[in-house]
Amino acid sequence: MEWSDEAIVLGVRRHGETGVLLELLTRDHGRHFGFLPGGRSRKTMPLIQPGNSLVVTWRARLDQHLGTLSVEATRLRSPGFINAPHALYGFAALAASLRFLPERDPHPALYDAVIHLCEALPDAESVGPLFVEFELRLLAELGFGLDLDSCAATGSREGLVYVSPRTGRAVSAQAGAPYREKLLTLPGFLVYDGLANRVAPQALAEAFALTGYFLWRWIYEPHDREPPPERARFVASITREDDPA
Amino acid sequence: MPKASAGPEIERLIQLLARLPGLGPRSARRAALHLVKKREQLLGPLADATRAAAERIVTCSVCGNIDTSDPCAICSDQERDPRIIVVVEDVADLWALERAGVLNARYHVLGGVLSPLDGIGPDDLNITGLVGRAAEGGVEEIIIALNATVDGQTTAHYLTDSLRHLPVKITRLAHGVPVGGELDYLDEGTLGAALRSRTAF
Repeated sequence: MEWSDEAIVLGVRRHGETGVLLELLTRDHGRHFGFLPGGRSRKTMPLIQPGNSLVVTWRARLDQHLGTLSVEATRLRSPGFINAPHALYGFAALAASLRFLPERDPHPALYDAVIHLCEALPDAESVGPLFVEFELRLLAELGFGLDLDSCAATGSREGLVYVSPRTGRAVSAQAGAPYREKLLTLPGFLVYDGLANRVAPQALAEAFALTGYFLWRWIYEPHDREPPPERARFVASITREDDPA
Repeated sequence: MPKASAGPEIERLIQLLARLPGLGPRSARRAALHLVKKREQLLGPLADATRAAAERIVTCSVCGNIDTSDPCAICSDQERDPRIIVVVEDVADLWALERAGVLNARYHVLGGVLSPLDGIGPDDLNITGLVGRAAEGGVEEIIIALNATVDGQTTAHYLTDSLRHLPVKITRLAHGVPVGGELDYLDEGTLGAALRSRTAF
């Protein structure tokens, strides 16, 4: 068995004296592990840091084997992360949530979104909406997509300001008024303004609260796990209001 | 199955030696043979030293170092500057910095770094002990000497956040060109870090 694919490194674990176990998100082969002999060498270690893009070749006698990797780095993002705490926290949160993807199940659209997000991670100003978009896409890829297009009660596409915590569907201001204490806030930029626009910290915090709730309820809690603390640190660091002084 | 070429005691010795880093079954066999041949000079003293170490080794309750006394020799050393604490991932890193002999400071061994892949979170590391030491007073600088990896630097930023409320200067090791390094052979990330951290000459 042998294939080559582009990949992004999600994690590195020591394996044996000189090798490492690489956890990758590949474009066409999904989340994939492989053994990289000599991965702990001074020459190779900088290339296989989490966040870096590689072209990998995986070889094994049988498909179900762990397999051996050979790698060539194509984009080194980790040095850009190292000096930006929000980028390190963001990548840790991203990798933790991607670990819920089944192994060897390709998600090329999600892979493209991850690459796009990783390119933007060092820029604290613009990364927030992209991260929310990634989490919404991840929920959808795992089968728990939110329906934010129209009101669950009236079918209206106007005035959508809430999300039902039970169904993940949008609710209009009028239909949701009697239940507003129980509903989640739907920031307008997720429905109307588009993700490219600059988003106020308050709206961004509400968006992260929304995706965080559904990630916790539908992904983490059924696996008896807690969301990683890095996500809360990432959200806090990019939604912090600028000091007026 | 191959027949054993030596008695069970020697085979057991070979098996245990083969578990050491850098030794495979073949080199373990050679090491065992060497020990057996030098019973008086090597095997006996090694056995005594190993037994004594196994009985006396403890983890330092102050810094997490491994030694035969608690507090360890470094924490008990009155000649060391108590105002500076160097934070390292592992005892091996402490030994490496001691080999360099540049700093006469005290240490704090975290016992690992944050690693979601290995399931290591803040509660699994010796972070509370570090915050406690820094809060006790008398500490003026904490040098974070963790690996320049994504996991190492995530941990470094986590520590910085945890220590932010204390009146302590927090520094970290520089990133850049190693001594003897040739620019042509360095990866782009290291070169970028070196350029960003350039100093007046």
